[in-house]
Amino acid sequence: MIVAKRKPFDEILRMIESHRKVLVAGCGTCVAVCLAGGEKEVAVLAAEIDMARRLKHEPIELGQTTLERQCDREYLAQLDGRAEAYEAIVSLACGVGIQFLAERFPKIPVYPGVDTCGLAVNQDVGWYEERCRSCGRCVLDRTAGICPVTLCAKGLYNGPCGGTNRGSCEIDPEQPCAWYAIHERLKGQGRLDCIRAITPAQEWRDTVPRTLIQPGYRKPEKAKA
Amino acid sequence: MMKSGSNLEKILRAGHFAFTGELGPPRGAHAEEVRKKAAHLKGRVDAVNITDNQTAVVRMASWAASLILIQEGIEPNYQMVCRDRNRLAMQADILGAAALGIRNMLCLSGDHCLFGDHPTAKGVFDLDSIQLIRMVKQLRDEGKFQSGADVDGRPAIFIGAASNPFADPFEWRVQRLAKKVEAGVDFIQTQCIYNMAKFREFIRLANEEGLTEKVFILAGITPMKSLGMAKYMKTKVPGMDVPDEIISRLQGVPRDKQAEEGIRIALEQIAELKEMKGVHGVHLMAIEWEHRVPEIAERAGMLPRPVVG
Repeated sequence: MIVAKRKPFDEILRMIESHRKVLVAGCGTCVAVCLAGGEKEVAVLAAEIDMARRLKHEPIELGQTTLERQCDREYLAQLDGRAEAYEAIVSLACGVGIQFLAERFPKIPVYPGVDTCGLAVNQDVGWYEERCRSCGRCVLDRTAGICPVTLCAKGLYNGPCGGTNRGSCEIDPEQPCAWYAIHERLKGQGRLDCIRAITPAQEWRDTVPRTLIQPGYRKPEKAKA
Repeated sequence: MMKSGSNLEKILRAGHFAFTGELGPPRGAHAEEVRKKAAHLKGRVDAVNITDNQTAVVRMASWAASLILIQEGIEPNYQMVCRDRNRLAMQADILGAAALGIRNMLCLSGDHCLFGDHPTAKGVFDLDSIQLIRMVKQLRDEGKFQSGADVDGRPAIFIGAASNPFADPFEWRVQRLAKKVEAGVDFIQTQCIYNMAKFREFIRLANEEGLTEKVFILAGITPMKSLGMAKYMKTKVPGMDVPDEIISRLQGVPRDKQAEEGIRIALEQIAELKEMKGVHGVHLMAIEWEHRVPEIAERAGMLPRPVVG
């Protein structure tokens, strides 16, 4: 899933300092699961903003809503006719949701309440680890299901580098070396041949905005405001 | 067949035991600092590695310091890391370096930015070291850019790379060396060696795989300046293997004799490396100790350096 982390409170306060009526909009999917932007976090943030503005003698009127998904037009439509009543929106969705919300209401400033931190697995309650950079050229078939683009700090395609330190990465003893792990797993599977050949220079696909249209589908029409 | 005509290449192809040094460019624009350090190395080594923002700390550009060395009549070994530039910048720098007389190059991944003085910088790593080796070879031997377009004026570069026999997994290190050979590397300079037993095993495996007949291997030597340095290398530097016997030898002498003991250890290593089948030279990394190189070269029996026409 996509994981996100709430921005520092002062940063959020600064973004909305000139506004007196703001909607805090959560998202009920990924950011809700990773405890950053669901219904509960919307309520907490709204309460914090309310209190901080009262203390500054600059009271603010706050609305709260949590959509099922902010990356889906069907759910954004639920705000049509409601959003316009606010001077600004703080979205707690991931970067994708924030942008789609801003696109839906182009006259209203939309501010990010979270920093989106990647595509991650749920390792434990409240603990998420990045696993994919969505590079668009998956090599997991040759790397034993361990992504070197994401998990090697240098993103090497022909690792491990000389900084491998007893199975850890040179940047931090707590960070496992991806290429050490790739080697160990492939060895266990008897598949070391997978990394014996040189992986040629990457043909990067994530350097321009990407649009994905599955076979048999057309590009969706622009949203009707 | 001669590929670059560099002094280092001539020495190695003539079958001499090569001896290279290293120089870290200054953290500023003073050419004089490079000249001062270089003076200690002149005539004592066959080529001098010029590090490229080593440990991810910004310094005078490696190509620029390399040119200062050429002005001083010393052959540089121009280091390039993958951390700071993409394939366009790399190829442009390689062409420029070759145009201005640089004939040796060392292709490295580079330390992570987190180690250095700009820890929040974005590491580029458009290519890795093996892909860089292949790109330089393609420029030189096929006259093609990485994209496949024609190069007008091929860079005559003797292609080097590093090898760390001591990083995990040990059994993969010879395989990784094989990948660098396949990519087209001409010579290897290894990580600093302290664990000679492990290095012997590494070279034995490389000999067994026939790699030492395809690539020149220069064994990396860094004399310990003090017990403190040895302890730091043992515990703090990733991929470094400092056995306890090195520590105890330095502990066994008074503080003011530790540097001499460090040099003695290095001299014993060099003596053994000279006789080791599959080792073609020594790369002396006397870190911020350039002024001790003349003495070490002399005592190691490396002088005078051979001249190959």
